Amino acid sequence: MSQFLKDYVKVKKHNFRVGVKRARLSKACYLFLAPYAVIFTMFYILPVVVSIVFGFTYYNILEAPRFVGLQNYVSLFLEDDIFLMAIKNTFMIAIITGPIGYLGSFLFAWLINELPRWVRSVAVVVFYAPSIAGNCYVIFSVFFRGDAYGYVNAFLMNAGIIDTPILWFIDPRYMLPVCMLVILWMSLGAGFLSFVAGLQGIDKSQYEAGYMDGVKNRWQELWFITLPNMKPMLMFGAVMSITQAFSVCEVTMTLCGYPSTDYAARTIVTHLFDYGFSRFEMGYACSIATILFLIMILCNKAIQSMLSRVGT
Amino acid sequence: MSDKNNNMTTENQNIVTEAQETVNTEAVETANADAFNLEDEALSKLEGVEDVEEKAAGPEKAPAGEKTSVKKTKKSKKKEEEEEEVYHKPLIKRRKPNRSIAGDIFLYLFLLIVAIIMFFPIIYAVESALKPLDELFKFPPRIFAQNPTLDNFSDLFVTLGKSWVSFSRYMFNTVFITGVGTAGHLIVASMAAFVLAKYDFPGGKTFFKLVTVAMMFTGYVTGIPNYIIMSKLHMIDTYWAIIIPAFAFPMGLFLMKQFMEGLPTSLIEAAKIDGATEWTVFSKIVMPNVKPAWLTLIIFSVQSLWNNKASTVIYSEEMKTLPFAMQQIQAGGIARTGEAAAVLVVLMIVPIAIFIFSESQILETMASSGLKD
Repeated sequence: MSQFLKDYVKVKKHNFRVGVKRARLSKACYLFLAPYAVIFTMFYILPVVVSIVFGFTYYNILEAPRFVGLQNYVSLFLEDDIFLMAIKNTFMIAIITGPIGYLGSFLFAWLINELPRWVRSVAVVVFYAPSIAGNCYVIFSVFFRGDAYGYVNAFLMNAGIIDTPILWFIDPRYMLPVCMLVILWMSLGAGFLSFVAGLQGIDKSQYEAGYMDGVKNRWQELWFITLPNMKPMLMFGAVMSITQAFSVCEVTMTLCGYPSTDYAARTIVTHLFDYGFSRFEMGYACSIATILFLIMILCNKAIQSMLSRVGT
Repeated sequence: MSDKNNNMTTENQNIVTEAQETVNTEAVETANADAFNLEDEALSKLEGVEDVEEKAAGPEKAPAGEKTSVKKTKKSKKKEEEEEEVYHKPLIKRRKPNRSIAGDIFLYLFLLIVAIIMFFPIIYAVESALKPLDELFKFPPRIFAQNPTLDNFSDLFVTLGKSWVSFSRYMFNTVFITGVGTAGHLIVASMAAFVLAKYDFPGGKTFFKLVTVAMMFTGYVTGIPNYIIMSKLHMIDTYWAIIIPAFAFPMGLFLMKQFMEGLPTSLIEAAKIDGATEWTVFSKIVMPNVKPAWLTLIIFSVQSLWNNKASTVIYSEEMKTLPFAMQQIQAGGIARTGEAAAVLVVLMIVPIAIFIFSESQILETMASSGLKD
């Protein structure tokens, strides 16, 4: 045993020395990496650490942070009804729009793939435009206006389905569904582009081989040839759509107001903004951020391990 | 064989015409259609008929005799027209043999409908920006403006001109933030991506893993701590509060690194042998070769910076961005419906235009965007 330990330490020491030597030889690499690394650490890594640390304190910027232990988390889950509502809403939105948006991205990318070249480029612009169109989603507030002149209301009233106009963005019953619709409209983002590009890159001879081996229809081809080839892109798309699905806030804040009626459209991020930038309870806001961070990372890991089984 | 051809009954011809589509794409596509004369054409069709029947049946799998008798009346009318069409190149080539026509039609119809729905709000936004006031509130509404005007845009400039901070200042703020942020991001991220992709040095892999993890959470998570950090650095209420974090946007590094891995290492080695330093290799060899990736980084960076309201880190009115000013106008309610639509158009035109002009390069980059586990 002691011999094994000695050898282990010896190997580790050797590895470390080799590492240091290699690091010394690749000074230029570190110089190249330095600007990015410094900024990245400063504004992407450090904030996560800070938010975990401040999550255990009471901090309002003016006074020095005071350690309160798990108090923030306890009150988040036991006393803060609005936060529980926000969690419920966020998960509702994420569970419905995330998978649909993801599958939609893939489906449309896959359908577009077989179109002739120029039609394909037009189609990519058409499908991708909503997600880069800035806050174009505001236009939905015209379609879903609460009075009888809103198009949706007018249409439903003319069709005889409803007899009084629905206050889409004020009535808590309709807020979330309408918001989900808008989010779905915007959900063909970077993942979609990745899918389109990935589908183009699949080796054509694989399809021919598949045809010779008896792949009968497009669905078999999709499952046995396309999907296994697309696995890395599917991962990338999943990361994109999970991140997007859990960080919904702009759409709900713009369309349903901030705060919304009965907090019916409050999401975790809205809650975070409320405590961070309106009430300046930074400690509390940091604990919310930590929870959101954990949710996102765990979801991503879970989905990735699920996706690694695709097409096998 | 030519006798056979002459004796061909109308029924047989019907089979042929029906099979034409498939024949067109499979047999004729490879053998140049224009080179055939009529007899050879029919001949090749006849030979193909049996195979084609099986394939063309597709989902229905109806026996050949039954099928032709049913469609006989329909087909015989169009027969002559279709026979002429044999010589045209088919509009949509069928590249795949294992596709049913019914499925194609159904799926493309579905695609078309969804595309119209997806694009409708954008068309509507553009059209409302062009509508004069009386048309905006017309009921039932029309999608397209009858008397398109640019009044809404000039109204927008008037409204913004009257505001405390002039429109040009808002515009400058946004352009400055977007421009500097994007340029810095491009340089900083490419430098890091270059060494991460092409050199193996201690810590490099770990660092890249950290960056991929950073892609998994949004800026909202780090918003509050970022505010605390920036206030310690006295960066609050300056442009840098937005610009500097944008330099290290993780997705840019990720895409750039993945794309650079596709560059042949021999290229770099050759330059090294010729006595180039790392910086020369980077600026003279690598960067010109990854131009498609530049555009991808630019589009993602512009997209996030152009729409940045920056309301949480910038408080001085004269440093606020265009989207923030636009939001104030939109808050004006019904009376400003036309202007609000003009605002939407101004804000969305830049990212969409960049995307349209650089689409093919962006797709080239995205092909290497896969996340390997």
